[in-house]
Amino acid sequence: MHEREYEASPEAPPAETGEMELVHPRTFIGKYIWSQDAKVIAIQYAVTATAIGLVALVLSLLMRLQLGFPNSLSLIDPESYLQYVTMHGMIMVVYLLTAIFLGGFGNYLIPLMCGARDMAFPYLNMLSFWVYLASVLLLVAGFFVGDGSSGAGWTLYPPQAISQGTPGADGGIVLMLVSLAVFIIGFTMGGLNYVVTVLQGRTRGMTLMRLPLTVWGIFMATVMALLAFPALFVAVVMMLLDRLLGTSFFMPEMLGMGEEGSQRGGSPLLFQHLFWFFGHPEVYIVALPAFGIVSDLIATHARKNIFGYRMMVWAIIIIGALSFVVWAHHMYVSGMSPYFGFLFATTTLIVAVPTALKVYNWVLTLWRGDIHLTVPMLFAIGFLFTFVNGGLSGLFLGNVTVDVPLSDTYFVVGHFHMVMAVAPVLVIFGAIYHWYPKITGRMLDATLGKVHFWVTFLGTYAIYYPMHFLGLAGVPRRYYAYGETAFVPDSVQSLNAFITIAALVVAAAQLLFLFNLAWSLFRGREAGPNPWRATTLEWQTPHTPPRHGNFGDELPLVYRWPYDYSVPGVKDDYIPQNVPPQAVEREPAADRGRGGES
Amino acid sequence: MTVSLVLIVLLMAGFAGWLIGQSIRVRPWVADTGATPPAPQTPPFVTAPRVGLAVFLAVVTSLFALAVSAFLMRRHIGADWQAVPVPALLWWNTGLLIAASVALQLAWRSTRQGRQAALRRRLALGGGLTLAFVIGQALAWQRLEAAGHPPAANPANAFFYLLTALHALHLLGGLVAWGRVLALAGRGISQPRLRQAVELCALYWHFLLLVWGGLFGVLLMS
Ligand code: HEM
Ligand SMILES: [Cu+2]
Repeated sequence: MHEREYEASPEAPPAETGEMELVHPRTFIGKYIWSQDAKVIAIQYAVTATAIGLVALVLSLLMRLQLGFPNSLSLIDPESYLQYVTMHGMIMVVYLLTAIFLGGFGNYLIPLMCGARDMAFPYLNMLSFWVYLASVLLLVAGFFVGDGSSGAGWTLYPPQAISQGTPGADGGIVLMLVSLAVFIIGFTMGGLNYVVTVLQGRTRGMTLMRLPLTVWGIFMATVMALLAFPALFVAVVMMLLDRLLGTSFFMPEMLGMGEEGSQRGGSPLLFQHLFWFFGHPEVYIVALPAFGIVSDLIATHARKNIFGYRMMVWAIIIIGALSFVVWAHHMYVSGMSPYFGFLFATTTLIVAVPTALKVYNWVLTLWRGDIHLTVPMLFAIGFLFTFVNGGLSGLFLGNVTVDVPLSDTYFVVGHFHMVMAVAPVLVIFGAIYHWYPKITGRMLDATLGKVHFWVTFLGTYAIYYPMHFLGLAGVPRRYYAYGETAFVPDSVQSLNAFITIAALVVAAAQLLFLFNLAWSLFRGREAGPNPWRATTLEWQTPHTPPRHGNFGDELPLVYRWPYDYSVPGVKDDYIPQNVPPQAVEREPAADRGRGGES
Repeated sequence: MTVSLVLIVLLMAGFAGWLIGQSIRVRPWVADTGATPPAPQTPPFVTAPRVGLAVFLAVVTSLFALAVSAFLMRRHIGADWQAVPVPALLWWNTGLLIAASVALQLAWRSTRQGRQAALRRRLALGGGLTLAFVIGQALAWQRLEAAGHPPAANPANAFFYLLTALHALHLLGGLVAWGRVLALAGRGISQPRLRQAVELCALYWHFLLLVWGGLFGVLLMS
């Protein structure tokens, strides 16, 4: 066992979280609005993120309608199409995925899984949500100001983003930049909590190497976000100054309407470096929590320990570190030196190694497992397929020579939706089906869930698979209409109509999911404390849903890692982390020792 | 971006080194025997506020490293860079900030010695000097503008104002915390919370002094 230089006190008082005082408000407002309970904050985050995510979904449907059935809706003109693209992309990446994984699942799961009563700094944590909400409102306000929200694309490249003529150049872009800055401030408040709670809040016995992979994924993603978001912050502040004070960080000398602008000497390229220094890690900020959660879903629902736990942890860390040195693969076409491109292509392909390793380990965990095809498991397996698919097209794009002709085509749209839109969203769904019973005390309806899964899974393939072919045919992204081009064949239009219909069907399936969420809240089957027979601490709470303080009077003590499933010679096929060795019920006949890592 | 990369590599290396210590020769799948009760996770001097401050400082480091990286990068793009004449006032300001840091260090020491009056005096002095520094920076801005170097004139100016403003904003944020510590100090010295808070304040100030040293150096160099 691992020695420590300090001894546990002999009488082993129930593990304490130090002098943590929890605020126990009595009023409804104190409990559910200005709440300092991480679980309530988690739900506030998740609901807000989902609400704004639905806005982004509607925007994508509007775009799809225009692409599939051009000019059928009069409200979509070329300007508003660009605004939809921008808002859709920005909302999905930052305000939905980042917020729901870290603010939502992070808040709910970190204290429970570590065996803590709450986050390390509950007040700051509460503030984090309200600042996030403010950033969302600022963003939405962009729809309503003079010339509407920004149409610069979610990458906000200057000079176009803040030049006259781009939709939203007056007010929309200002609101978006301010909103991003506010988001980052709010995120930092939350992020400090997530990191410090993992480092400091773990209960006795919960060594780092006994943390569930979910916590590892969220932890590493937060560390990355804390280091990467400052790049976006600096970029956003600089662009805001360019727009409001007329400085020229990014604005080069330009002619507009035959007249020289007042700004000179700025470098648009500088923005691209800063943006992608954030932008690439952002992909993994979204992916790592998904990786972690999926590992736990697979282990629990296949009743098997995760294959190569330590490898999985190190893969998460190595992916996190490497993702800081690949940003320029988004800039192959920015005119940089080919040697520079070669360097970044190499680092990009190296990231594939730990990533592939994780995929192998997931598959090996499933291998000969006692697979229960529950709804969370279906989504986890769906994630594996989608992620591998998106990852493979990423290998194409990582190579400079292949990327140059494919850059800014629908191939890219297909790729990133597979790998960073659909894959993480499938995990979010799986995680909601998995943890909803703990959050509400009731199960989600499994039949509705299966319909939801199959329509979403097959539907997203129907949407994004054909996009790769569109890209190969040369269809450019961010175009309202293609007009008459020599190279885009007519058949593209019928494929586009097909994709739009698929998108409408997938969107309808999400309504089913929302209905399930609402219906099960009141009518769902009672879940009991541990419906999936899982080992991690959140399933061992004395109350379901857990109360403020999580664990009743005494914090749990941890004796084992979270993957004691199907241990040979043990009666149940799982041993919760807080069950001491003496209390494990063994099978009478075979009282053999336990096997090692399978 | 080299500056940022080096810093991030250093941060990550420290982090990885610590993790290796936690994970090497550990066999996660082996359960405790249950003979001894599980030990707490961290030694007592590693408290949540201390770790919190350390993590926050890492974030601020990343922010300034990136801002400086952008500055250095822009300087090398194109030959049109017109450096700003750094006002001499900045040297005086630097002196003020050093003094503020020293005062807070002394305040920290007086919490350990239990000297209530000295603590309040030193805390107040530290905050006052910091405020003087910020006002001094504003004066420097004014002089620059008066001398015909407004922020919008060229990128070098813009960077000068941006970097100094970011730093001053961090100090102002620190002053908010400082105000709360001062109020706490008014209520008696025997509180462990007070000792913790003064310590965090002092460390934050030393850190921002370091950042200022770096920024000032970079500005002088260009
Ligand atoms: C049913 C779901 C979705 C549909 C139908 C959809 C559809 C679209 C469409 C039509 C575009 C514009 C392509 C173009 O004209 O260039 C787009 C762009 C984009 N989408 Fe989605 N999307 C969906 C979900 C998501 C999700 C979950 C994410 C989260 C990562 C996401 C991220 C993006 C991004 C980053 C862009 C690029 C925006 C830009 O070019 O500035 N999408 N999507
Ligand atoms: Cu990337």
